[in-house]
Amino acid sequence: MANKDSVKGTLIVALVLCIVCSVVVSTAAVMLKPTQESNAELDMKKNVLLAGGLIAPDQTNRKAIEEAFGNVTIKYVDLSTGKFTDEAPAGGTGRAAAKIASASEKLPADQDTAKIIRRENTKEVYLVEENGEMQRIILPVRGYGLWGQLYGFLALEKDLNTVAGLGFYEHKETPGLGGEVDNPRWKAQWEGKEVYGADGDVELSVIKGSVDANTPNAEHKVDGLSGATLTSKGVDNLINFWLGSQGYGPFLKNLKAGEA
Amino acid sequence: MSMKLKDTLLEPIFNNNPIALQILGICSALAVTSSLQVTLVMCVALTTVVAFSNTAVSLIRKQIPNSIRIIVQMTVIASLVILVDQILKAYAYDTSKQLSVFVGLIITNCIVMGRAEAFAMKHGPKDSFFDGIGNGLGYSVILIGLAVVRELFGAGKLMGIEILQTVNNGGWYVPNGMLLLPPSAFFLIGLFIWAIRTWKPAQVEEDEFKITSNSKVPLAQQEA
Repeated sequence: MANKDSVKGTLIVALVLCIVCSVVVSTAAVMLKPTQESNAELDMKKNVLLAGGLIAPDQTNRKAIEEAFGNVTIKYVDLSTGKFTDEAPAGGTGRAAAKIASASEKLPADQDTAKIIRRENTKEVYLVEENGEMQRIILPVRGYGLWGQLYGFLALEKDLNTVAGLGFYEHKETPGLGGEVDNPRWKAQWEGKEVYGADGDVELSVIKGSVDANTPNAEHKVDGLSGATLTSKGVDNLINFWLGSQGYGPFLKNLKAGEA
Repeated sequence: MSMKLKDTLLEPIFNNNPIALQILGICSALAVTSSLQVTLVMCVALTTVVAFSNTAVSLIRKQIPNSIRIIVQMTVIASLVILVDQILKAYAYDTSKQLSVFVGLIITNCIVMGRAEAFAMKHGPKDSFFDGIGNGLGYSVILIGLAVVRELFGAGKLMGIEILQTVNNGGWYVPNGMLLLPPSAFFLIGLFIWAIRTWKPAQVEEDEFKITSNSKVPLAQQEA
């Protein structure tokens, strides 16, 4: 090469370097993509199963997850009609859909109790079936805590009223305080709580302090997290929102009546 | 291994530590050290990137035009970081989720750029490779120290296994929640630097200026 510091030399070096680097990077990205996608899918399955209490937290190898997920059927629900739809919507059902105008709708401020701003029109739900009969249903939920949105799953028993489990797979809450939403001892309290009261309203709530047998309506109440009032409030709000009329409320009613 | 190579490899661990003496790479030292497992992956990732970016930059150092040398180094480093990120996503998905943006931010980690510019541009590939490994190890020593203290006393765990049973799990230990927040790493890094400089006083920097003692008003004026 003539002179590396000349304009020509500089351009040649820059060009060669760019080509070499882009080939290396794109080869790696293309070759590793299938593995990465299957990882992401496995991770989603793991979160669903953990929330539904279908696998133990210490047995999350690929084989156990795939085996347990064999009983799970993914279905799509149109939230406005409260009925199943056959196709996955074009905009998807995840958090990307909430940013697309055609796949989501903006909530009026007074109804947006979980502070999610836009709600997806269609959500995927996971039915756990045994011998063709639904045993549990796992619903994706999200809502604002203290620092950001909590993303998780709520599992209901086949009566569509009793909670089978709750788990968050992504949140930004303070470790040790709001981060205790991940504490297995706190999550265990949700099991067996009842969602709806006699008049069909969502009664399930997180209260300040602790719940014991003498607390009125103890079957609808869960202990708040100490030192994390806003996170507890956030969980309370998101449960209320997603099980209420703007969320899965109409769908659960239809499903119970066998009309979904 | 010759004496010189050994020095290149071992010097950065205590004598010329990238965090404690050069004060580089503090950002990730604050961000990823709340759990030991994540920290270990970060250390391996950074050491790999420094070692290979040093080697690569050193190999082409005679071809790099002076006017664009920084951007050439950045391109090499960025490509390596993307490579590491892609590999982590494929083979260590859970950890890569916890590290989230910090793997990408290795690109801007001052240690990588600093070593490429200060060492690899002037030395051969073999020396540069060992310098990279050495600096990676120096970074790792501090990070692992931070992570052990933060995870053990902040969460009562090490590598996710419970060592001190916390009150929330029915034990006796009340965890120090502040240790899990990034600012605590600042205090700990300060203590590490203090410890290293007490052990090796040669690292103590000279004061840039001295505070003079209070001047005294002459006796004659005082009385006036």
